[in-house]
Amino acid sequence: MTVMEQRGAYRPTPPPAWQPRTDPAPLLPDALPFRVLGTEAAAQADPGLLRRLYAELVRGRRYNAQATALTKQGRLAVYPSSTGQEACEVAAALVLQERDWLFPSYRDTLAAVARGLDPVQALTLLRGDWHTGYDPHEHRIAPLCTPLATQLPHAVGLAHAARLKGDDVVALALVGDGGTSEGDFHEALNFAAVWQAPVVFLVQNNGFAISVPLAKQTAAPSLAHKAVGYGMPGRLVDGNDAAAVHQVLSEAIAHARAGGGPTLVEAVTYRIDAHTNADDATRYRGDAEVETWRAHDPIALLERELTERGLLDDDGIRAAREDAETMAADLRERMNQDPVLDPMDLFAHVYAQPTTQLLEQEAQLKAELDAEADGPHHLGEGAGR
Amino acid sequence: MTTVAVKPATMAQALTRALRDAMAADPAVHVMGEDVGTLGGVFRVTDGLAKEFGEDRCTDTPLAEAGILGTAVGMAMYGLRPVVEMQFDAFAYPAFEQLISHVARMRNRTRGAMPLPITIRVPYGGGIGGVEHHSDSSEAYYMATPGLHVVTPATVADAYGLLRAAIASDDPVVFLEPKRLYWSKDSWNPDEPTAVEPIGRAVVRRSGRSATLITYGPSVPVCLEAAEAARAEGWDLEVVDLRSLVPFDDETVSASVRRTGRAVVVHESGGFGGPGGEIAARVTERCFHYLEAPVLRVAGFDIPYPPPMLERHHLPGVDRILDAVGRLQWEADS
Ligand SMILES: Cc1ncc(C[n+]2csc(CCOP(=O)(O)OP(=O)(O)O)c2C)c(N)n1
Repeated sequence: MTVMEQRGAYRPTPPPAWQPRTDPAPLLPDALPFRVLGTEAAAQADPGLLRRLYAELVRGRRYNAQATALTKQGRLAVYPSSTGQEACEVAAALVLQERDWLFPSYRDTLAAVARGLDPVQALTLLRGDWHTGYDPHEHRIAPLCTPLATQLPHAVGLAHAARLKGDDVVALALVGDGGTSEGDFHEALNFAAVWQAPVVFLVQNNGFAISVPLAKQTAAPSLAHKAVGYGMPGRLVDGNDAAAVHQVLSEAIAHARAGGGPTLVEAVTYRIDAHTNADDATRYRGDAEVETWRAHDPIALLERELTERGLLDDDGIRAAREDAETMAADLRERMNQDPVLDPMDLFAHVYAQPTTQLLEQEAQLKAELDAEADGPHHLGEGAGR
Repeated sequence: MTTVAVKPATMAQALTRALRDAMAADPAVHVMGEDVGTLGGVFRVTDGLAKEFGEDRCTDTPLAEAGILGTAVGMAMYGLRPVVEMQFDAFAYPAFEQLISHVARMRNRTRGAMPLPITIRVPYGGGIGGVEHHSDSSEAYYMATPGLHVVTPATVADAYGLLRAAIASDDPVVFLEPKRLYWSKDSWNPDEPTAVEPIGRAVVRRSGRSATLITYGPSVPVCLEAAEAARAEGWDLEVVDLRSLVPFDDETVSASVRRTGRAVVVHESGGFGGPGGEIAARVTERCFHYLEAPVLRVAGFDIPYPPPMLERHHLPGVDRILDAVGRLQWEADS
């Protein structure tokens, strides 16, 4: 019989002076996702904020639809839609002060746009004309990050550096449920907690990592539970309830700003569209499941709350939609113009001072471009000779 | 020759001095890594920095290389100049994703808006009897990644000068420290640190007329020894210390090979897919009409780094270099 089998008999004596480092109880998430809309708590919510969230949700939904349409027209190489997740995207953008930083993943163009980034600049990565179409410092939005979870340690480092400099800055980092399995997720959370960095992690648990459901991703009770192991609070929120996401994130950010350290927030939501326009979601999920989530739509939830409380009428709804249409029309028009690219840009930003090797290659490309302009190529007239 | 009155310093001490001077000169410089604080690093290169500058500027991090480099990226985004220590060559591998996907290309993907002035110090190479994972030469991986500078000192003075230059660089620099030279000394005066050397220039360590040994880091002293030994055979060897693998100083290297007409590249890391192949190709492309023989390579074997009791058979030593030099009498043999 092994020690483990001798149930009652196995009573290890604690080593001398052992005590838990932290009481885990206050760090644990609630059993059910926090909600505001449709509950008593909604009465406390600021009507101005709710209206603002509503307008942004409607814009966001339209933005997702327009960007997806642009893939069909060949104007975008790919688009990972956040339809169904707009409440998370919009709340993430609205909870931040101007001086704060957002660290988005590739799915979070909408958060960047809601934060004020020009929609065209937000899409250049996906159009394929440049990796980051904006100056991150200008908007305090890190480049949309494609390798999963690798932006999380950046957020921690930036928040830590800001605090070292005495600046009142918080970083908010977004990651998907699949991304929580990456090593960088672990390292980022661990560093954040050890350094008490003013950073908030928002996991948008939309049910799938491409085709892999959460059940195959983790055995944890919830993703928010993972926080406890790092010594930070974990919070579970209904990711389709914009008011709730806004409130939970606001609290986490205030906590971080006040020196309380990081928080891990899990927003339970659902990806209504496929992973990207290139994915066939019918291979891994059924219509019934999608319909259940459609019935819990973030825009419908907020619309109902606002109309029931007399904060929104048909005119207001129409105005929001018209505003969204204007944005979409502008986006469509500008995205339908061919971007003007300068091939010499390829060499412009590899190093502060180009190496002689790059200068040679730059000259080669220049010669190739000149030759291209001059007509067909003959053997022996190659560039660089 | 001038006589040097000061007591000689080791390469490790010169590196410490470089870190200290850089931290004193610029409050944005932060040192971070495993055991760099109280202990001063396992090679003591960060000795005393935490005491002098505080633990916020010389930080013992959790044990996580991706986290160290990943958080350094964020710190650099916010205007700091992190100098991170990877404890040993083979323990830098967990950080490769951050290095390759972010550090190397952040300037490029943001069109110059977000340069990352990060110095990544990596003690590398063999010859100290280290157990497995403590002796790798990983320079080929770094060299193959556009956006990184890759430098490696071979002298005490260069250790100081190149590290200051690396920290001052607005680009990320992989700073490879040849472990077996940590305790080597030369006449560098720690009280009057030498001028900061620019990155990207090779230097002729020994001039000669009959062939060029192109080398760097830990193999430089070996090549100098080989050059001395070759004198007896009538060979007058030139030794070029690259100092910087990226950017590569074609000019100095080609000028030397054009003078001598023969070249051997010497390094510890494996030859197949190694730095020597790139260097030999560059030399051939530039000096073909001057060459009296093919450019040869003397490298470590293409094997995982061997156990310490066998490493002397793996590392390129004087005899193997002399053998190659002998093979440079191409016409006579063919
Ligand atoms: C390191 C890494 N591995 C694999 C991929 C390919 N990939 C892109 S998205 C994705 C699924 C991500 O799922 P999740 O984190 O849940 O985010 P979601 O797409 O649901 O927003 C995968 C595997 C990647 N981008 N990065």
